[in-house]
Amino acid sequence: MSRFDATALGRRDFLKVCGAAGLTLAAGSTAAAEPGEFVANAFVSIAADGQVTVTVKHLEMGQGVATGLPVLVAEELEVDPAAIQIAYAPADAKRYNNLFWGPSQGTGGSTATANSWEQLRKAGAGAREMLVEAAARRLKVDRAGLVALNGEVVHGASGRRIAYGDLVGDAAKLTPPDNPPLKAPADFRLIGRAGVKRSDSKAKTEGTAVYGGDIRLPGLVTALVARPPVFGAKLKDFDRRPALALAGVVAVVPISSGVAVVGTDFWSAHRGREALKVDWTTPANPPSTETIRRDWTALLDKPGLVARAQGEAEAALGRGSKRLSAVYETPYLAHAPMEPLNCVVKLSRDKCEIWTGCQFQTHDQAMAAKAAGLRPDQVDIHTLVAGGSFGRRANPASDYIVEGVEIAKAVGAPVRLMWTREDDIRGGYYRPMFLHGFEAALDAGGMPSAWRHRICGQSILDGGPFAAMIKDGIDFVSVEGAANLPYAIANLQVELHSPKLSVPVLWWRSVGSSHTAFATECFLDELAHAGGKDPLALRRALLADHPRHLAVLELAAAKSGWGEPLPPGKGRGLAVHESFNSFVAQVAEVTIGPKGEIKVDRVVCAVDCGIAVTPDVVKAQMEGGIAFGLSAALFGEITLKDGAAEQSNFHDYRCLRMSEMPKVEVHIMPSAAAPTGVGEPGVPPIAPAVCNAIFAATGKRVRKLPIGEKI
Amino acid sequence: MISLMINGERRKVDASPDMPLLWVLRDQLGLNFTRYGCGQGLCGACTILLDGEPVRACMTPVGELAGRRITTIHGLEGGVAKLVKAAWVELDVPQCGYCQAGQVLAATVLLRKNPKPSDADIDDALDGHLCRCGTYRRIRAAIHLAASRLGGAP
Ligand code: FES
Ligand code: FES
Repeated sequence: MSRFDATALGRRDFLKVCGAAGLTLAAGSTAAAEPGEFVANAFVSIAADGQVTVTVKHLEMGQGVATGLPVLVAEELEVDPAAIQIAYAPADAKRYNNLFWGPSQGTGGSTATANSWEQLRKAGAGAREMLVEAAARRLKVDRAGLVALNGEVVHGASGRRIAYGDLVGDAAKLTPPDNPPLKAPADFRLIGRAGVKRSDSKAKTEGTAVYGGDIRLPGLVTALVARPPVFGAKLKDFDRRPALALAGVVAVVPISSGVAVVGTDFWSAHRGREALKVDWTTPANPPSTETIRRDWTALLDKPGLVARAQGEAEAALGRGSKRLSAVYETPYLAHAPMEPLNCVVKLSRDKCEIWTGCQFQTHDQAMAAKAAGLRPDQVDIHTLVAGGSFGRRANPASDYIVEGVEIAKAVGAPVRLMWTREDDIRGGYYRPMFLHGFEAALDAGGMPSAWRHRICGQSILDGGPFAAMIKDGIDFVSVEGAANLPYAIANLQVELHSPKLSVPVLWWRSVGSSHTAFATECFLDELAHAGGKDPLALRRALLADHPRHLAVLELAAAKSGWGEPLPPGKGRGLAVHESFNSFVAQVAEVTIGPKGEIKVDRVVCAVDCGIAVTPDVVKAQMEGGIAFGLSAALFGEITLKDGAAEQSNFHDYRCLRMSEMPKVEVHIMPSAAAPTGVGEPGVPPIAPAVCNAIFAATGKRVRKLPIGEKI
Repeated sequence: MISLMINGERRKVDASPDMPLLWVLRDQLGLNFTRYGCGQGLCGACTILLDGEPVRACMTPVGELAGRRITTIHGLEGGVAKLVKAAWVELDVPQCGYCQAGQVLAATVLLRKNPKPSDADIDDALDGHLCRCGTYRRIRAAIHLAASRLGGAP
């Protein structure tokens, strides 16, 4: 028997072999039962040898869903989470939709754990109840005398025990219960406990995890796409001959996003693309960062659409005893996940199969179907792990998926589409650039009495399939974190301008909060200093009605030694922000060198994310969120010149390095509330905490990101 | 035909001499554990060992490699490597995992040469290895953990 003969091995063994060797994956796993398998529900199945498989409906992109979600099942099923096998769900909106997104399957908005919280505990409990019932019938005892424990059903009185694997045949014949009883939180033995390990550390340490670019199929070709060098440009003409003349280049085909160069391998396709000659149209008024800044600065003088109004902000601005104004700026940002975009597409007359780290299954399925000329149910998506995404793979345009399908259709062979790093950095779908204009007034006691915040930047939802979520012209994504400012300021107005540009924009880890937290938390710091108040004391006074904000703020402040003196050249800054229903406060400590060099020494982070299902994963997400936010705060910037991005790779789109990573201490608030997001909420507070620390150390305000290496 | 010694096995490949080793490994030999992150020597995702020294496979033309010893994460063996990998798993270092093979290779070479590295030594050896998920703190801790178990002997 050949080691990789799929027919000779069981499905599970086959997947195991492929996973271990990183070789061709023949099929994604679906919940179709093997003989003798107990498929309890869409998420839990148990084989006759006792092997428990949990289907994970979300994309594992580093945030730990392949660890946390199985724990929810294991808690109720009473099995060891380390022994669980994971399968990634097929694209199937009926069974695997994100419960917060209605009839759509996908991962984003830090919802994976929160929307699965009850669903997966019920899935585990339902399977457990069926196993217990099957045991009661087998042993002819009252089920009240039985308990599920560590993969077995145990009869307390007699000490008899039956392994789950021995019950699968009987359990499979029972009707799944509608409302299986769930444990009280006090009885949790896994959820919220330390010691649960990541399920994927070994594979990722040894390099064997399978990503989209690793898939090999018979006859597979590799494609790169030449895309317009300038946003808004279109294909005019191209000469395929110089590319086709090169060894290994098999086809050159126009597609909707540009011209695809198809080769036997990446290197051939890459060389072919370099040789290709393409003429692009020249769009009128291509945007440059400088012109955008000039235009938008002028817009900030004009009233925008009102996203929030309370009291009489305009009038109160004139009545204060002190008035402050400031403009804050954040740049376009590329996501730059370590794994550039890719997907593998295999097309036949009535079927389209896609292998990729898929973040938007239902949407991508529909878009792929449209591109292929098929129905959505004819599109199978095999979701693999992704080498990061930070939002990039959740694209309403399904850009890279559609490219893959179009090329596969044009060349009549299975295609692996690859983006290079340059494609990634220059390719748009950026976190939008934003300007934030503030006016505020302080009363005689130095307390903020009026706050007017004008936000100016492109709408992410505009023009896409989610445009219906724009209400009265306000894209909530542009104002999140600002319109819901928690501070008790009697006269408060938040306004929005949403100018349109040809630059495609997209959500980027923490979305609106990635810029609103910076602007609001720094400006509040300005108000504190102008009013002669300690930044912590002012926040405390203004957050009386927001106990969860206040609690993380107090915790971070206490753990950081807030208020204790620091030597000259050092400073501490703090910020607190709510995003994705979680609350995070951070205190940053910086050292400024003799030439103004900035070193972030230490970050103390307090997070309230409800029940922390797997606390070490929560910590890792805070650490990672801080690193990601710090990369952007210090270095991250896409600038445009005549419609093109000026950056192209990691040399000019700098990311945080080992030597620049601060010490990070994460403190998790004990909580009995249902879990909320952790993948994104660690990002927003770091930029303002660092900028406020720089002010504390130097007296200089940073109002524009990135900060740069020096102040 | 170019004859290569990869993870102790002799492999013959039919590639133009200027093709980077990365694409020979991945696309010709199906050795996917070496990953593409930038193609310009800027990220470290494609790290392999050449005669025991860490090298960027994306910048290494395959034509120069006849007679050299190539080691990918898959062929990384020995006591130090074992301790490094164990420490990585114990501290749950990886997030998305994409950079980690390169990090593990670089950490192993560091510890082979310097069994008790300081934080500054770690910065020197690993600063060119980007991790967009920000696992740096855990990488550092895992190197120190592995070092503590090395007992000073490489
Ligand atoms: S891919 Fe070789 S250094 Fe980045
Ligand atoms: S673990 Fe994701 S890039 Fe390092």
